[in-house]
Amino acid sequence: MVEALSYLSRFGVKVFRRNTVSNKFPFIASSVLALVVICALFGPWIAPYQATAISLADAMTPPAWLEGGSTAHLLGTDNLGRDILSRIIAGARVSTVIAFYAIVLSGLIGTGLGMAAGYFGGVVDAVISRIIDTQMAVPSIPLAMLFAAVLPPGEAMVIFIIVLSYWTWYARIVRGEVLSLRERDFIALAKVAGVGTPTIFVRHLAPNLLNTLLVLATLQFGSVIVFEAGLSFLGLGIQPPQVSWGGMLSDGRNFIEVAWWLITMPGLAIMAACLASNLLGDWLRDTFDPLRRQVL
Amino acid sequence: MTRYITNRALQGLIAIFGALLIVFVAQRLSGDPVALMLPMDASEAEFTAMREALGLDRPLLVQFAIFLGNALTGDFGQSYQWNAPAMQLLLDRLPATLELAMAGLFFAVLLAVPLGVFSAVHRGGFLDRSAKVFAMLGQAIPGFWIGLLLILFIAVELQWLPAYGRGTPAHLVLPAIALGWYPVAAMTRTLRSSMLDVLESDYVRMERAIGLPERTIVWRYALRNAAVPLVTMVGVYFANMLGGAFVIEVVFAWPGVGRTVVDAVFARDFPVVQAGVMLSAVVFVVVNLLVDLSYGFIDPRIRRG
Repeated sequence: MVEALSYLSRFGVKVFRRNTVSNKFPFIASSVLALVVICALFGPWIAPYQATAISLADAMTPPAWLEGGSTAHLLGTDNLGRDILSRIIAGARVSTVIAFYAIVLSGLIGTGLGMAAGYFGGVVDAVISRIIDTQMAVPSIPLAMLFAAVLPPGEAMVIFIIVLSYWTWYARIVRGEVLSLRERDFIALAKVAGVGTPTIFVRHLAPNLLNTLLVLATLQFGSVIVFEAGLSFLGLGIQPPQVSWGGMLSDGRNFIEVAWWLITMPGLAIMAACLASNLLGDWLRDTFDPLRRQVL
Repeated sequence: MTRYITNRALQGLIAIFGALLIVFVAQRLSGDPVALMLPMDASEAEFTAMREALGLDRPLLVQFAIFLGNALTGDFGQSYQWNAPAMQLLLDRLPATLELAMAGLFFAVLLAVPLGVFSAVHRGGFLDRSAKVFAMLGQAIPGFWIGLLLILFIAVELQWLPAYGRGTPAHLVLPAIALGWYPVAAMTRTLRSSMLDVLESDYVRMERAIGLPERTIVWRYALRNAAVPLVTMVGVYFANMLGGAFVIEVVFAWPGVGRTVVDAVFARDFPVVQAGVMLSAVVFVVVNLLVDLSYGFIDPRIRRG
């Protein structure tokens, strides 16, 4: 698997060099991401209604542009008359909060272990690399099932599961970067000058990894949103009454024959957030290091 | 070559051992397993007896050894729900999952090969650009949402195909599309770029020079060489589909391994969850091992390296 992936990524370098067309700043993608973050931060003040406010009189109102719809509920309402737009805004908060913690934690753990493996080599590298291999050999969804079965459901559990599945992203790539960085003169000179190992890590290695980490974090944002939506859709992630996009899809599924907007709107939100994060991540990658496109 | 195989197999074994360790740790996290097995009003003496019978009063290391020994024989305990051996229960569902994974893969390859080839041949053209947009969407839209949309449009609105369950080949179509959705994008891009490489190669230029029809060159000679990375990819995705079709199986009420495990999570039927995790880990490792081996077989440089 690792062989195959490394081959494919080496191969990818060629692909993307050839595809270099333009490298304009992805304005729309960034705006979408900014919108998601704004909804997450200021959701309660922006949303027209409370996300959990039930109003049975308005139940199953179609979106405003359809017959029977009204501008009071732009994207319609669900079976309990809850406003879809308000719920999507509330869902953005959950998705963003989870993505934030998951990215920070998996980034820190992965970067730390990756740096240690790449810098010290030898036994440390062997042990950490085997752990990475093992982690990658267990598909993440079954792993999620395992912990969903034993841990209390909720945000903390979802974050734990995501960190467990994603830290290897950072560890693998950081290890590779550090392997080549440690051969560079400035590291050797720092060592000669008597700089301690912790300082080398923080002052000399870390700044050189920032670009890579930023690209990874941006790409991970979209991936985490989809992963969390899947878990919540199964009913194993965020629990009602807390609102999440995956949970909305799961609720809407029961009314698929009468109200198409219930499963369409939250899905569009997931798609937009993920697409935006992929586009911005790709752009960052190309901007920082045009030759190493697609290697990440 | 022998050394290469041994190395790979050894790595696979370490990975499976790691998975067993994770499962064991998770089992301990779940608290007292006896509490799940005995009725609520069981006496303290019954609890102690049960713990002793299961070896739970012994040191953790011994417990792990017992667990390993049982796991090696495929014994993950009895399902609380079905009162049958957990692993057997899942193995009975495996053919359904296998069927779905193969159909998903078939759909992906069926779409990716022509898309990849046409994008490469008409590089920069309308189809190439559309395929690129399609690939981007493919990576951003979760397969289970595609599944829901398919149910909405094809099954509910148009009533062309059944939405739920397994039985006739018609039942297979929608879940296969939802499952194959994600790999299509990656496969198309990979095939496109390897095709571009091959089309620039000397032997293709020579074939053009001797006047072979372009169609023969593209489909008979170039594709055969360009498909090598695709083969690897097919293997990797197959492993993923076998081990990760949980959400799609739930969406389409497909009676496979994934759905059984999800049900087991809700029922707190821990032996089935454990067995499910191990089953997908083993399948994942074995399929990837086979991919790596076939890879070494196709490309001698890897064998030596």
